Amino acid sequence: MAKRIDLLWIYAILFIMFLYGPVLLMPVFALNDGTFATFPLKGFTLKNFSAMAANTSMILAFQNSLRIAVSVAVLSTALGIPAALALSRFRLPGGAGVQSFMMLPLVIPSIVIAVALLVILLKILGIQLSLWTVASGHVLICLPFCMSVLMSRLEGFDPALEEASGDLGCTPWQTFWRLTFPLALPGVISSLLMGFIISFDEFVISFFLSGTETTLPVYLFSQLRFPNKLPGVLALGSLILVGSTVLVIAAEVIRKRGAASSNPGDL
Amino acid sequence: MSIAEETDPVSRSRDTAAIRRWLRGYALLSPALVVMIAMLALPVAALVLLSFWTQNGFELDRTPTLANYASLVTPSAEPTIWFGIPFYLSYPVPAILMIKSIIMSLTATVAVILLAYPMAYFLAFRVTRNKAMWIILITIPFWTSYLLRVFAWKIVLGFNGAINSGLKAIGIIDKPLEFLLYNPGAVTLTLAHSWVAFAILPIYVSLEKIDRSLLEAASDLGDSRLRRFLRVTLPLSAPGTIAAALLVFIPTVGDYVTPTLVGGPGGTMIGNLVQDLFLKQNNAPLGAAVAIVMMLIIALVVAIFLWAIGYGRIRARRQ
Repeated sequence: MAKRIDLLWIYAILFIMFLYGPVLLMPVFALNDGTFATFPLKGFTLKNFSAMAANTSMILAFQNSLRIAVSVAVLSTALGIPAALALSRFRLPGGAGVQSFMMLPLVIPSIVIAVALLVILLKILGIQLSLWTVASGHVLICLPFCMSVLMSRLEGFDPALEEASGDLGCTPWQTFWRLTFPLALPGVISSLLMGFIISFDEFVISFFLSGTETTLPVYLFSQLRFPNKLPGVLALGSLILVGSTVLVIAAEVIRKRGAASSNPGDL
Repeated sequence: MSIAEETDPVSRSRDTAAIRRWLRGYALLSPALVVMIAMLALPVAALVLLSFWTQNGFELDRTPTLANYASLVTPSAEPTIWFGIPFYLSYPVPAILMIKSIIMSLTATVAVILLAYPMAYFLAFRVTRNKAMWIILITIPFWTSYLLRVFAWKIVLGFNGAINSGLKAIGIIDKPLEFLLYNPGAVTLTLAHSWVAFAILPIYVSLEKIDRSLLEAASDLGDSRLRRFLRVTLPLSAPGTIAAALLVFIPTVGDYVTPTLVGGPGGTMIGNLVQDLFLKQNNAPLGAAVAIVMMLIIALVVAIFLWAIGYGRIRARRQ
């Protein structure tokens, strides 16, 4: 019995090493004083990071990504809240079908979504590619994630609270802002963070739908071809990894904390 | 509904209340639904439409034709040999890449399930403290940049990569091993690594839902641990495991990033062909046809898989 437990624990530890190992090499080599990502390590340096400050095209791409990710997070959460309310509170005829339709972007390969949007934008509507087209594609793939986060939060507290609020004379609008929204706040925040991360890291749709201006992942991809750009890529990659890890932990902690409590506004 | 009920005022007011509720529900749903229809249903319809058109240089010929689909299966007397399999097609690239992508994806999916299942089992049955921390630890990689996770493998497996330089530094090899990167194996490994975190959660949820008293009952009735696992745990966790397999298989067939970064010329997949037809060869209609055939074949494989494992039976038992 004790041996069996040990085996699974050993497996779990090896698994985590396998999961994180390759990715953790990136910051290791970024801090290494060498032009190739090779062992043995030569020495500690921060020059790869300080060089980033002078890279204007990268900073521009970063700003684009930031702008897109913030607007996508807000927009998909704003669309997700009423939809999640409708699907979790109203027993709608055809609700299950609508929900499956909404979750489709999760299972369609993103290249198909990308080329489908490309076709309708360029060949049918004749719209020029820009950061707007990238953002609209991102809303589509963020929406299912935002909705499932919001729905699990809305299903986590008693709908009787909302009925009581209605019985006590609140209009549905008042009930929403005084009761539902504060209670759903942890879900809303984690939906915002999820939307931000997905959009910020998304590559395939951005690659197909961006015009002259690029996002950070598209910029990064364009640099991967040049071996001499490797140290800069490693530094940028490390920063992106650290940033998204912090955001994911924040999103998960807020969501988990929120799930344990049903006090309004309690994070 | 009988006539008597229809004329009953109470039931009629209940009906109108229900309809009003439905209308309010759909009103709340409509913004998201409109976005989804405008940005998913219509573009996919446009893709289907485009696949029936033809590209003549820079002009788009809008007369409906099946030529794009026909070109994918036009036979030729001269076979193209791929791994000993003759393809009697005049344009064999899509067929070969499709089969290759399916095989690579299936291999990666099997690897993912084999890797993820013990981990999910560990989370559900062994972890008692800090469960939330373990789950966050598993989910972080899935949310961090896909591009970077794939690129990390290029650093690991590359000609001047971590493995080669590491082995050289300790003196095990003299010159770098070339077989590590730029082949279908590297693509499959990278795909498995990128998606394994995604597969753990559905399996974990279905394991966590298993009523522990069923396991006790099996043990009390004399099942060994292995028999108990095979007869109780495994069948009850099947829905989550199947969901995990589908969530990995469906998107990986069309993956574009992984084969581009670690595949090299030998590791290309069907997604590379779609990208090439759209952005480089300027033949969007043929690209659209390839993308649609790819989706249909994925759906077909999924349907065959669900039929083969008797998914209907599993669902019936769950209800």
